[in-house]
Amino acid sequence: MHIPDGFLDTKTAATAALLSTAAIGVALRSVKRALPPAKVPLMGLTAAFVFAAQMLNFPVAAGTSGHLMGAVLAAVLLGPGAAVLVMTCVLVVQCLLFADGGLSALGANVLNMAVIGSLTGYAVFAVVRRFVKGDRGRLVATAFAAWCSTVVASIACAGELAWSGTVSWSAAFPAMANVHMIIGLAEGLITTLVIAAIAHARPGLLDSELTPEPWSTRVMYGAIVLLGVLIFISPFASQWPDGLEKVAASLGFEQKAVEAPAMPTTFSNYKFPGLGSAAAATALAGAVGTIVVFFLSLVLARLILPKSEIH
Amino acid sequence: MRHDFLDRYSRLDSPIHRIPAILKFSAALLLVIALVVAPFSQTWVFAPVAVFLAFAAVISRIPVSFIVKRLLFLEPLVLGVAFLSLLRPDGVTAFLSILLKSTLSLLTMILLSNTTPFSELLQVFRRMGIPALLVTVLALMYRYLFVLIDEAERMQRARVSRTFTKDRTHLWRLLATVVSQLFVRSSERAERIYSAMCARGWK
Repeated sequence: MHIPDGFLDTKTAATAALLSTAAIGVALRSVKRALPPAKVPLMGLTAAFVFAAQMLNFPVAAGTSGHLMGAVLAAVLLGPGAAVLVMTCVLVVQCLLFADGGLSALGANVLNMAVIGSLTGYAVFAVVRRFVKGDRGRLVATAFAAWCSTVVASIACAGELAWSGTVSWSAAFPAMANVHMIIGLAEGLITTLVIAAIAHARPGLLDSELTPEPWSTRVMYGAIVLLGVLIFISPFASQWPDGLEKVAASLGFEQKAVEAPAMPTTFSNYKFPGLGSAAAATALAGAVGTIVVFFLSLVLARLILPKSEIH
Repeated sequence: MRHDFLDRYSRLDSPIHRIPAILKFSAALLLVIALVVAPFSQTWVFAPVAVFLAFAAVISRIPVSFIVKRLLFLEPLVLGVAFLSLLRPDGVTAFLSILLKSTLSLLTMILLSNTTPFSELLQVFRRMGIPALLVTVLALMYRYLFVLIDEAERMQRARVSRTFTKDRTHLWRLLATVVSQLFVRSSERAERIYSAMCARGWK
């Protein structure tokens, strides 16, 4: 999901960088206020761990490979604000030491994986936690949140690529979302196993319940994520078949499209009819997938923590 | 023990290595931004950049085979998305220019990371006014990476000396345990390191 240099145009890179900077600012303020200094080394360790885990690639269908994102792992361990910072550090080191993810695209990568990934992941975690209590509830929430955060981050990534005009939305969205719905399963599994192991061996790391973020911080996080979604995804998502037209119009490709060889009139609204319906099918698969994954999370938590082990 | 896989050649001695980190970092940043902003149609502007980077690579004494290997390792990611751009109306031009821009930017970043030790980059960040907490986490992360690798190697040694089967499914189940144990064990060691750092006057 790491966008290299040269894939984003200036307006997308700048907008994403602005949003990420704002999110990092809010996160810094909340971490400085709420996180005890003794947790700072845990932030460093989590960052190192996520970095190392991201280097392990596992194969996904169709010749692509995926790796762990780790945003939810960081968020469950440290809270949303610290997770944003930890993921940002991971991305900075990957960009500077490994040339993985471009320097000019750093803002966008931080927005997708650090900001949107951690914050939506934590939001899902917190909501599920409210309904499913106990140790098992934590695992259910972790698994489901990890899957959701991976998929949402990948959709944001597709939106940025499409907004830049590098790739059309109708090609980027199904490609990114479908692959990451599979990657998300591995993400959920590994994150849950790690959290379960920590809960078992060092419950102290999880038990010191994090002081809940004040409403002002929550509202600011929400506003930043919402802005990102509004800017990068909603222009395409609001009108499925016309998404491509809208990109074309906003980027001035309309002229070129008109010059393209005539197509059957039924398809004249968009250039790749197959791809257009692929986007709709992906959205449907995502909706069904969300429900299925939630039940899978319940099953996974039951497998890891059988009833006899709950005290 | 040395785990120098991160920025392996960053401590060589060459004219490029001796340039102050802040100059190298700003130059790399400017170059990447220039590459990204450069218009699609003017392909010729990429030629002098390529020549300059090749020149810098030769002077820096980083083995060419290493640079090529790193480029080839990262290129699949670039190609994956670049192929999707072929579906655009002006696909071929877009594909080529994206490929050129990305490859040259990758080369820039590989050169930067292998001619500048990470600790010097952290100094640059500090002087640039990046918040102290972020720089601290970055520094600790870099330090703990070696703890993780160390701990992983020890666990690997322990596992190899105790298991005799090469069963694949068994390996997969083991991997999950190893990953989670790695975190637990490293967190204990990381805390000891942090106390030791504080005891010696860190911060």
